[in-house]
Amino acid sequence: MIEPKHTKTELLISEIAKMLDGLSHIAVGASSPIPGAAALLVRARSQLPVRVSVLSNEKHNDFTEGNRELFDCAAQGRIDAFFLGGGQIDGDANVNLLGLGNYPDFKVRFPGSYGSAYLYFLVPRVILFRQEHSCRVLVPKVDFISAPGSSPENIYRTGGPYALVTDKCIFSFDNQRRCFCLQSIHEGETISSVEQNTGFKFLYPEKILKTPPPSPENLKLIRTIVWKDISEIYPRFTLT
Amino acid sequence: MHETAILPVDELAKLVSSDSSISIPPDYSFVSMAITRALIRQNKTKLHLLSVPQSGIQTDMLVGAGCVSTIETAAVSLGEFGPAPQVSAALKAGILEIIHSTCPAIHAGLQASEKGLPFLPLRGLIGTDLLQTRPDWIQLENPFGKNDPIVFLPAIRTNFAIFHAPFADRDGNVWIGRRRELATMSHAAEQTLVTVEEIRETNIMSDELTACGALSAMYVTAIAEVSNGAWPLGLSKIYSPDYSHLELYAKMACKRESFIQYLNEYVL
Repeated sequence: MIEPKHTKTELLISEIAKMLDGLSHIAVGASSPIPGAAALLVRARSQLPVRVSVLSNEKHNDFTEGNRELFDCAAQGRIDAFFLGGGQIDGDANVNLLGLGNYPDFKVRFPGSYGSAYLYFLVPRVILFRQEHSCRVLVPKVDFISAPGSSPENIYRTGGPYALVTDKCIFSFDNQRRCFCLQSIHEGETISSVEQNTGFKFLYPEKILKTPPPSPENLKLIRTIVWKDISEIYPRFTLT
Repeated sequence: MHETAILPVDELAKLVSSDSSISIPPDYSFVSMAITRALIRQNKTKLHLLSVPQSGIQTDMLVGAGCVSTIETAAVSLGEFGPAPQVSAALKAGILEIIHSTCPAIHAGLQASEKGLPFLPLRGLIGTDLLQTRPDWIQLENPFGKNDPIVFLPAIRTNFAIFHAPFADRDGNVWIGRRRELATMSHAAEQTLVTVEEIRETNIMSDELTACGALSAMYVTAIAEVSNGAWPLGLSKIYSPDYSHLELYAKMACKRESFIQYLNEYVL
């Protein structure tokens, strides 16, 4: 018997998966269990073959040229979606993965920019995923640009931001206007709780939706097929 | 033609002089913690570490032990166990320099070296603050295009590439499977030092199935047999990371006193 009530984690998995439907190759970075689970959910429910490449995991990645192959593959246009976090994300979708304060004397240091300074340019659908939705994360302007949300016309760029998913809501990225647009608000949140905890300005659609709960079919997949793989890839991850 | 030496791990580490530059793989890709501990025991100093392309406990431990003056990396952290505490402390104390990079830039720099090229261009990067921090990265026009700026990165060469692998043979051929960045690291290094779980009698090159996953002895200066040489990190399907020990390290590395205690208990 499947328990119908879902957790926040399961909601996020279900919502991210919706953004990935129809894609053929989804890459997932190390330490990204929720995006990883979303990619595996898409693979589990798709009629067509979906390739999910989980970096740092041998079973779930088919790269044979070492860890540079992901980057070469992205440059060849063979990766459809990837995920980035961010110690800070601003309203222009610039991402800071390096530190708070003034470079080089950061007050707080984050691990580093990883591949963001490259993949953000070359993967068509980059989903920004940061659970903490607060004014210290979602800022008017990042302290350091690890990867810019957009580029001038003459810069070679085939990829960029697609959406921003947090514990409170989902924003899509409006490519024309180069800013975020509120899409849906998770259960327990309000427009006001989103506004109060967002440091940047964003657009409002005509109708703001409530983020829908995962369907029973998807919950079942998450708790069975997806869980079997994801708990093996990330042994310390839980769905609660 | 040189012969690959087979040495005890401490002798392997003696080949590394202080001031050397060393390329090292990420935590999930064949890290030689055995050499790391030997380098610390031998009090090396002023090492320049190049993470290919990021690093964790290996860098943190070497930095905490005072072996390192600069790190070039796309990221440094203990993954799910949090930030790299000894690296953070050394940066704060001003005794460590960090050169920030991004994963594909490190790969491209090494690939330039393995091709004997002075540089390689790389997409992305333009408009990042990262580019501003790197006077050695140069934005130019694509000489074959029009109005197409692109960044040129200098070749990266190191004195050593150091890693651990599942097995080698008596001739010094090392099996690396599909962790091909280890081959790139070695091609771009003057010398390569490898610890292995076991040294096998059968020549790796005698069977195409093992030969295609090999790093030829041509590049390998010396090997040492050390079982569990990646511990507390994992080694492919051979053994998993020792999560409880990694957690213990993350805790003990948070304070100077307990870090020293860690070194005394597990390294020295």
